[in-house]
Amino acid sequence: MSAAAADIGATAGQDRFAQATQLQLTWWRFRRHRLALISLFIVALFYAVAVFADFLAISDPHATDARRSFIPPQAIHLFDDGAFRPHVYGLRGVRDPQTFKLVYTPDPNRKLPVTLFARGYDYALFGLFETNIHLLGIEGGSRGDGIFLLGTDQLGRDLYSRMVVATRVSLSIGLAGVTLSLLLGVLLGGISGLYGGWVDTVIQRVIEILRSIPTIPLWMGLAAALPNTWSVTQVYLAITVIISLIGWTDLARVVRGRFLSLREEDFVVAAELAGASQGRIIFRHMLPSFASHIIAAVSLALPAMIVSETALSFLGLGLRPPAVSWGILLQDAQNIQVLAGAPWLLSAAVPVTVVILAFNFLGDGLRDAADPYG
Amino acid sequence: MLMYLLRRLGLALVTCLFISVLTFIIIRLPPGDFVDAYIANLAASGSTVSNEQAEAMRRDYGLDQPALVQYARWLGRVLEGDFGVSMVWRRPVTEVIGDRLWLTMVVSFAALFLTWAIALPIGIYSAVRQYSIGDYVFTTLGFIGLAVPNFLLALILMYLGFRYLGLNVGGLFSPDYVQAPWSWARVWDLAKHLPLPAAVLALAGTAQLIRIMRANLLDELRKPYVVTARAKGLTERRTILKYPVRAALNPFASSVAYLFPYLVSGSIVVSLVLGLPTVGPLLLQALVAQDMFLAGTIVLLLGIMTVVGTLISDVLLMWIDPRIRLEGHG
Repeated sequence: MSAAAADIGATAGQDRFAQATQLQLTWWRFRRHRLALISLFIVALFYAVAVFADFLAISDPHATDARRSFIPPQAIHLFDDGAFRPHVYGLRGVRDPQTFKLVYTPDPNRKLPVTLFARGYDYALFGLFETNIHLLGIEGGSRGDGIFLLGTDQLGRDLYSRMVVATRVSLSIGLAGVTLSLLLGVLLGGISGLYGGWVDTVIQRVIEILRSIPTIPLWMGLAAALPNTWSVTQVYLAITVIISLIGWTDLARVVRGRFLSLREEDFVVAAELAGASQGRIIFRHMLPSFASHIIAAVSLALPAMIVSETALSFLGLGLRPPAVSWGILLQDAQNIQVLAGAPWLLSAAVPVTVVILAFNFLGDGLRDAADPYG
Repeated sequence: MLMYLLRRLGLALVTCLFISVLTFIIIRLPPGDFVDAYIANLAASGSTVSNEQAEAMRRDYGLDQPALVQYARWLGRVLEGDFGVSMVWRRPVTEVIGDRLWLTMVVSFAALFLTWAIALPIGIYSAVRQYSIGDYVFTTLGFIGLAVPNFLLALILMYLGFRYLGLNVGGLFSPDYVQAPWSWARVWDLAKHLPLPAAVLALAGTAQLIRIMRANLLDELRKPYVVTARAKGLTERRTILKYPVRAALNPFASSVAYLFPYLVSGSIVVSLVLGLPTVGPLLLQALVAQDMFLAGTIVLLLGIMTVVGTLISDVLLMWIDPRIRLEGHG
């Protein structure tokens, strides 16, 4: 208080700065990083898509229809004769006289009106409320008609709907994997930094060893050993564990480094001298002061997890159909012949790239903001 | 220096041992044992094995022993160079792998070399001309390189090459040389095909290294000795290249240790997309077919070669960087 009183010349702005909590300071610092702010918005948007995936999907992501295979992406036309009447064209399948392949062309004579909050396939919102209302749908139209914003795959499944639903799996597996690595990282990194000595040496060597092994062959080996009989959920959990088993090392390093530097800080020594228990020192004094660093490390670790899952599923060793993730969608694009005929199959590359980029910028911004006193 | 070398060597040995344990776990993970798989494989081709024969085989391979004994025996055989027989190919594993392992290393080393060759000049440029248009362009490119997973990049390049140039950009050899024995002409053919996969692999690492190099050099450039050098009338080129760049090179030295495993790892998936004759496609085949001796051997050899590669580059860098060399004396 006396320091504040002595500071007579302090302006209101400086007062505000001096009285702000650490969270406020961090937020102010973070806000200055424009790209990180935009990235935060994008990441939030992606998670919103993940939560409302079924609502945003147009047709059942698992429903196959041989007569709808490889339909090219379709646009929604907003105006009809100058009036605002959103519609899509019906499709007409024509057999190519040379390749004998069925080629779909839009039929401008058949206009299918697009409506909001249309009725579609049944799903449970948040896994709780049974409903069949979707954001977009068409009125009327016969079987096989639909809105195919990103086209369909070989089995006639709507790629847009699949991609939206895949967002949920891909993002949640990243989150679950990071949570697990975080637990391992905080535990082992904490022990390493707090106790030092031979425990520290052993843990550091293990980290060094894990980092010097090529990870993908290892993951492949472990993932391939999962029994065929396992359910989608079991495989999902197993893949999460496999990915995080190797991903914890970076987080452990961050935690250890923080513990090491904080152990010598005055406020920790003071707490120790005041007789605080070790648990209280760790959770009440030390952890809050580097929580922001951990959050930054997590947001940098998340994209790596997402890529790992995508790569494994892409190889056919990760999640298995009927689960849908970005990696599984990209699996269809593996064959260059198929890809040449249906380049829209590559569209799942876009969300992967955008999410990774956003998480990287977000992590950078958070890392800068993590230490608002600097 | 000797201490440092010994420490490195010791850690490398422990790492190899650790990899061998992991490999053994992978080999044993699928349900049933090697003999079960062998019998199933024979049954599929029409022949049968009696129970007595199966038991004899189990005894032969020591499958009735506890896991630890089995591991020791397996390790013993591996050290003698006997990696077992591939179930699918019915040939010794080492024969099946052939020179795919070397090609994996060639691709990975080429990528490492390319990473350095690109990151160094661009990193220097970005730091010296901070906030210039070039700096922004390279930073943006770098972020994109960081964000696009390399197998996706390979996929996109394949598609573009196929669609617009009408050619298959995959592979490491021209059709004439795929089966040909090694000759200078074949090496030259390999060298011509190497840049594309190496570039695809190198992109992410390059982006990372440019950022580190830029940040480090910016820190160095603000130090008083640079001002002194400039005040004394050194040319701009000498001022920058002679001291700050050398001091900022440290991350390059330490990047090998984490970059190389990462590149080897990436080469597996990229090889599958680009159809490179490395161990990548073979590993996937073996894993899908549960040909565990082949898969295990590939994982083991890849791991060991990575460790050896890292060790070699460590020693080389120690020889180059006096700071690391002197550390060992302290």
